[in-house]
Amino acid sequence: MSLDFLPVITGWDDLLRGALVTIEITSASLLLGSVLGLLFGIGRLDKSKKLRYGVCSTYVIFIRGTPLIVQLFLLFFGLPEFDILLPAFVCGVLGLGIYSGAYISEIVRGAIQSVEKGQMEAARSLGMSAGTAMRTIILPQALVRMIPPLGNEFIALIKNSALVSLLTIADLMHEGQKIISVSYRSLEVYLAIALMYLILTSATSMILQRIEKHLRAGGAVQ
Amino acid sequence: MNQAIMKLRGVGKSFSGNRILHGINLDVLPSQVIVIIGPSGSGKSTLLRCCNGLEVAEEGNIEICTQKLLTDGRMLVDHDLNHFREQVGMVFQSFNLFPHLSVLGNVTVGPRKILGVDKHEADTLALALLTKVGLAHKADAMPATLSGGQKQRVAIARALAMKPKVMLFDEPTSALDPELVGEVLQVMKALANEGMTMLVVTHEMGFAQEVADVVVVMDQGRIVEAGPPEKIFVNPNEERTRSFLQAVLTRNTPTGGA
Repeated sequence: MSLDFLPVITGWDDLLRGALVTIEITSASLLLGSVLGLLFGIGRLDKSKKLRYGVCSTYVIFIRGTPLIVQLFLLFFGLPEFDILLPAFVCGVLGLGIYSGAYISEIVRGAIQSVEKGQMEAARSLGMSAGTAMRTIILPQALVRMIPPLGNEFIALIKNSALVSLLTIADLMHEGQKIISVSYRSLEVYLAIALMYLILTSATSMILQRIEKHLRAGGAVQ
Repeated sequence: MNQAIMKLRGVGKSFSGNRILHGINLDVLPSQVIVIIGPSGSGKSTLLRCCNGLEVAEEGNIEICTQKLLTDGRMLVDHDLNHFREQVGMVFQSFNLFPHLSVLGNVTVGPRKILGVDKHEADTLALALLTKVGLAHKADAMPATLSGGQKQRVAIARALAMKPKVMLFDEPTSALDPELVGEVLQVMKALANEGMTMLVVTHEMGFAQEVADVVVVMDQGRIVEAGPPEKIFVNPNEERTRSFLQAVLTRNTPTGGA
């Protein structure tokens, strides 16, 4: 067996451009997923608000229970049936964002529920409204506890983003496959792609560890 | 009596079929210190928590400072309940300080977020209160670095920052190491001397004897008897009171003397 990395070197610019698209699409999905996760996570905390709880639970059940690739195809090939034509990039961000939002909502819910009951009681006994207590007392504590599981989720999102190459988005995976289609050097190119994903995921987890360490040092967590 | 600052009438509550409180009647006059004692499970903490709506009583009436918290078993909700709670300070057994805020932040968060007081004014008030509980030098410390006694004193300052008319204490010293109990009781004593109206659930019989105007004895969700400490501790009417006090006092003083 002989390895030939020449196609990787000549196609380096394309791979970098693809990596940039991967970073863009995961950042945008991450933002969307976090917002959705926060809203739906909080929505699942109060079972007495039946409608809200029902909507939030249905969302989590549907999104977690079906393959991401099917969800992406529904957006990309299904929506045009209703004359909704979204650019591929938007479909990718929506699909990934909605998908990770379901998982993040569970992280948010778990973190909020892990804050001692006495914190809410103390806040409410001062006269705070439920909303103010959530914003100023509960969420700041919950956020710190969310960081480790969020790190996992962000890394999964980066890796899952490779699927959007199937929506014709020119991400890292897509650029790699283009190089393979003319050079036939699958092993070398996929190795190079794997390494680039590894760099992206490692950098993400390092940044999150820094943030967590900083918050803990600041005394935000006991 | 009509000038009572706190009026409880026929307050009752049950938890999944179990009766926790039976027809509680209690009047608290301004500046009075009421100490509630009784065996565990007697409903004294629940009664206290009903007085600021942390627990929902289903029967009776609760009125504090002419505001009705509970009217024939119906409790205030939302904005009215929040507003009601501003007047009733609460101190918990487990302190419940906000761990992500400094000591100063803990004391100022109420006035700033609820009353909209500006930072400078809130800080000034908080420092005055922290001085009062002997912890001004800890203003910038995080709660995790404090001892239990210090935490509870901060919690008292935090409650006082809302300028409550009534203070509720739910076993404020029960989670403390014995040598730290004194500093908390001292702060409470000073507060009582300033004329704060206080409702205290405690097992500190010494405190009850020294500070209480009225001692209320509870058992199985009822008030067994209530009276001045001289009467309750020396010559109670009820056998139940006598046996409870005997059990508590022999435990507290191993030599046997009360």
